[in-house]
Amino acid sequence: MAEPAVTRTAVLDDREHALRLFRQMALVRRFEERTEEQYTRARIGGYCHLAIGEEAASIGAIDALDEGDALFASYRDHATALAVGSPPAAVMAELFGKDTGVARGRGGSMHLLDVERRFFGGWGIVGAHLPIATGAALAFTYRDEPHAVLCQFGDGAMATGAYHEALNLASLWNLPIVFQVINNQYGMGTRVDQSNAEPELAKHGATYRIHGERVDGNDVLAVREAAARLLAQAREERRPSLFETVTYRYRGHSVADAGKVYRTPEEVQSWRERDPITRYGLLLGEREIATGADLETIWDEVAAEVKDAISEALAASFPSRDSLYEHLYGDDEWREQFGRMAAGAPFGERGEEPEWQT
Amino acid sequence: MADVTYREALRRALDEELDRDRDVFLMGEEIGRFEGSYKVTAGLWQKYGAERVRETPISEEGFVGAGIGAAMMGLRPVVEIMTINFILVAMDQVVNHAAKIRYMFGGTVGVPLVIRTPGGAGAQLTAQHSQSLEGWFAGCPGLKVVAPSNPADAYGMLKTAIRDDDPVIFCENLVLYNVTGTVPDNGDHTVPFGVAEVAKEGDDLTIVAHSYTVQRALRVADRLGQDGISVEVIDLRSLRPLDVDTVVESVRKTNRMLVAEEGWSTFGVGAELAARIQRACFDDLDAPVERVGAAEVPMPYSKPLELAALPLESKIEAAARSLLRECGL
Ligand SMILES: Cc1ncc(C[n+]2csc(CCOP(=O)(O)OP(=O)(O)O)c2C)c(N)n1
Ligand SMILES: [Mg+2]
Repeated sequence: MAEPAVTRTAVLDDREHALRLFRQMALVRRFEERTEEQYTRARIGGYCHLAIGEEAASIGAIDALDEGDALFASYRDHATALAVGSPPAAVMAELFGKDTGVARGRGGSMHLLDVERRFFGGWGIVGAHLPIATGAALAFTYRDEPHAVLCQFGDGAMATGAYHEALNLASLWNLPIVFQVINNQYGMGTRVDQSNAEPELAKHGATYRIHGERVDGNDVLAVREAAARLLAQAREERRPSLFETVTYRYRGHSVADAGKVYRTPEEVQSWRERDPITRYGLLLGEREIATGADLETIWDEVAAEVKDAISEALAASFPSRDSLYEHLYGDDEWREQFGRMAAGAPFGERGEEPEWQT
Repeated sequence: MADVTYREALRRALDEELDRDRDVFLMGEEIGRFEGSYKVTAGLWQKYGAERVRETPISEEGFVGAGIGAAMMGLRPVVEIMTINFILVAMDQVVNHAAKIRYMFGGTVGVPLVIRTPGGAGAQLTAQHSQSLEGWFAGCPGLKVVAPSNPADAYGMLKTAIRDDDPVIFCENLVLYNVTGTVPDNGDHTVPFGVAEVAKEGDDLTIVAHSYTVQRALRVADRLGQDGISVEVIDLRSLRPLDVDTVVESVRKTNRMLVAEEGWSTFGVGAELAARIQRACFDDLDAPVERVGAAEVPMPYSKPLELAALPLESKIEAAARSLLRECGL
């Protein structure tokens, strides 16, 4: 197997890098807390899934991506977008349904993306993006490009048929993809051992003759190191792998779930004691990379950044009603091709829209 | 007869059928300890245990298929698909298998399976979680497809579905779950398939709808009533079998028809009705049949766009008024 691209020690030797990881996790934590609050203020609608507690698993792996690599994620994707560097204001604007959002307000919380930064979505049907990510890896192989795909999904997704088909194909075809399961112990209210016959998820790799590896998903450096190694293997040896990061979500499945009936407060507390950000902060202190005051400054800075993101997103405008049919097809002639078939409804054959008000 | 919600009506029907017949059992994601994503099955897992209220992983194709197999052995599984959007993952089992088995095997084995699943939109759930696909199933011979619009029908039709010997796609609706109404106390109250209901009588215009859109149509009828326009609302209740006779009778009286639905109009329920009514009522119609449905785009997230895409009451009303204006009313 290829050598780790950047080891734990190397990250810690590079103060700027070490602090960047902390800052990203802190940014996600604050962003998610404020998102929750914005939801209760009814500025955000629909489903809204927070990644509080899972920051290290997500960010540690994304940090190991090289330029040109591609990233796919589930609907729990706010951290994903922030980790690739999408402007927080554009992410918040998407949550608010504004025209300046990353998907122009069309996608919302579950369908963030940033094609420029090679983040190809935020997907809502559990398991369905694994075959799609596999296809992205196929494209890299087809074009002989030296990139890899990182595909993040939840423990619950491993019960879907799409998961099994994707891993089988990726192995048969020797594709450069790392399947990262963010094992946060639950899919909604179903515990991982109630949905997976083999709850030690990394072991599933054996079925497809691919390397499976489990790491502590609350240790950002361990995640970073393993992800870098597996991504390098994908790029250099054209082999997929199954990468399990063990973590926990503190909040309910979505903002609509209090997260109480299926787990105990003691269980939640025991994971909070292993909080990924606190732990990493302590490590930075021990290694004399950052003082408590340095970290406080970072917390203040990210809080201000999120505050600005909210103000900016609030000030942005909603997409206009007239833009409803934009982006339906890619070609300019589609309106002529489809005519009223596409644009006639909601008013059937009627040529022009009668007046209506909400 | 106390008022109950649509959700409670469904729960009572499930509870009574589980109690009545041991061959009936439930399967689905989060239907046990979590009480169902929309709380329809709350309390049933505690009451009947994990064998009869079977929690499944996110394996729609697997457990819909398992439901078919169990049904072929004579059990009566009631499978919950969390929302109709996720049934697409199990489409092969539904369309290539459940719908085909009895006929393809010459009538020697049937599939007494119920798939309960809510559709609908309006809470900014976006493109992958806001669809109303019942029309797709209604176009498939071998399936029965029903879409009750109120608690009494939800209760009575779910019982009919469970006691039916063929696969039934039982379409619920996210917005309907909290709608209240009276439900008969009689535990053997069933509502037959293929019988539409005149939800409100009227003379000037027939609005045909199913599921939540019936509630919308009734409110539109009220508003038009204030202007002296008398609207008849027909609740289809079941899409396959489809009760065309009740619609024909109404259109012969009102001479005008508008079909409203939550899904896309193109190739939709309204298209089917328009085709049948133009033939049956060719000489009775004073105006072309009108359709109102969702805008033909994947449902957008942003609120102003979502409102522009939904078949809101205001749009049904506007379409009705413009149809009536054409007739000089
Ligand atoms: C095919 C499908 N079935 C059901 C759902 C509803 N659903 C949304 S998230 C979820 C749980 C997924 O759990 P997991 O994969 O562990 O991800 P997590 O939410 O824990 O990040 C379910 C059942 C869905 N979106 N898609
Ligand atoms: Mg999970």
